[in-house]
Amino acid sequence: MTDLQELYTAVLEGDAPSAKSLVQTALDGGADPQELLAKYMIPAMDEVGRLFEANEYFVPELLIAARAMKGALELIRPKLVAAGAKSAGKVAIGTVRGDLHDIGKNLVAAMLEGGGFDIIDLGVDVSPEKFVEAAREKGADVIAMSALLTTTMPGMKTTVDAIDQAGLKGKVKVMIGGAPVTQRFADEIGADGFSDNASGAVRIARQLLA
Amino acid sequence: MTNIVTELSLAKPVITDGAWGTQLQMRGLAVGDAPDPWNLDHPELVEEVAAAYVAAGSQVILTNTFGANRVLLERHGLGDKVTAINVAGVEISLRAAAATGARVFASMGPTGKMLAVGEISAEEAREVYLEQAAALRAGGADAILVETMSDLAEAAEAVAAGVAVGLPVVASMTYQRGARGFRTLMGETVSACVKRLTEAGASAVGANCGMGPEQMVAVVNECTAAGSLPVWAKANAGMPRQTADGTVYDVGAQEFAVQSLLLRDAGAAFIGGCCGSTPEAIKAVVAALRP
Repeated sequence: MTDLQELYTAVLEGDAPSAKSLVQTALDGGADPQELLAKYMIPAMDEVGRLFEANEYFVPELLIAARAMKGALELIRPKLVAAGAKSAGKVAIGTVRGDLHDIGKNLVAAMLEGGGFDIIDLGVDVSPEKFVEAAREKGADVIAMSALLTTTMPGMKTTVDAIDQAGLKGKVKVMIGGAPVTQRFADEIGADGFSDNASGAVRIARQLLA
Repeated sequence: MTNIVTELSLAKPVITDGAWGTQLQMRGLAVGDAPDPWNLDHPELVEEVAAAYVAAGSQVILTNTFGANRVLLERHGLGDKVTAINVAGVEISLRAAAATGARVFASMGPTGKMLAVGEISAEEAREVYLEQAAALRAGGADAILVETMSDLAEAAEAVAAGVAVGLPVVASMTYQRGARGFRTLMGETVSACVKRLTEAGASAVGANCGMGPEQMVAVVNECTAAGSLPVWAKANAGMPRQTADGTVYDVGAQEFAVQSLLLRDAGAAFIGGCCGSTPEAIKAVVAALRP
């Protein structure tokens, strides 16, 4: 299966054209889409995450790998849906109200997608009501919030409170991150998980849904 | 070349100011609302913040224009207000600074778009910063501060824009310490940043945000080793945390001032505070550094 090892390498190195053509060839040859994803593509993104945390990869490398992953996923996803495969979970993600800084949010979304999660990207400047709606009406298992500014991070607490008031406490997990956010802050506002980097966020989401 | 930045740095350390966003929130800016439009809507409250730093002894104060670039203002539907918000921001700080003759360095922050992955081109970024820099000059700023930059390519465009409108520019990056030392989010080293920003025409280089004064000392040392420009340093006063009384910060004014002595000893020319710092903290820094 040397061909498929190349798929791992293509995702790891962010070679989107190769990743896509390798997936297409494999699918045409009758490969199991679930196996492509679970054995080659997700492990490649996990390695990207490891390299990022080890400071071997930085944001540009991470985004380029995520782009290759996304291209390959687009070919695989319809087959997975047709086969009734279950995703790792559904994550609704956005920056909190007033915060327009979406670099961190996009990194986390890309890594979660690479980790096998379905992503509902709520974008920037997301109100507590919109987060609640994503949980109640779109079936999100996890709400992931990002804030870059110390001035917008109180919106995380407002959203956690809104989730409680909507009676969704415990039914949907909340994870948070962003430059000024700490584990202590997460504990103080009652969030279920915290990560200070995009790769760690995948680990946290997996733990929360385990 | 002699300009106001170089001149001020000869009498170092120069005390700059502290955080603005949290000060504006204390005066009623709603969580999540953009601070910059307040230059037009509530100039008197913005001036209170500027005046508080002038009264605390800041020799250089900034302007409430950190996010007043076209890319960010358009997201608030204020794309037609770029010039007005920037001009007003400088005028407000100048009014407050007149009390002591403090200098006004006008703030330009990131666009939020990454050059590294093509979300915005270098040419577009240059245009965005030229527009903002021209307005800051029209308002009468003494210099421009390009700050909280995580992408060296974007910072270099902002610096070049400031130089192009004829103002001296200070360039301040945000670094994180990892296994491979201090790097920007994009992976650039302190040394790479200092060299490129110097080439782009900066009159001083340095760092703000992301760390407290103790870690900032190591960044100042790297800046000094990598070039010959005066060094700008604005460290955080601890990390914010949530309490029943709202958001508070770990490091008190006195502790922050004591830690700031380390920055002076490392040779930083401009010393102030970023997230969590207050007029009280700056007052304590002045007392510690200019007894």
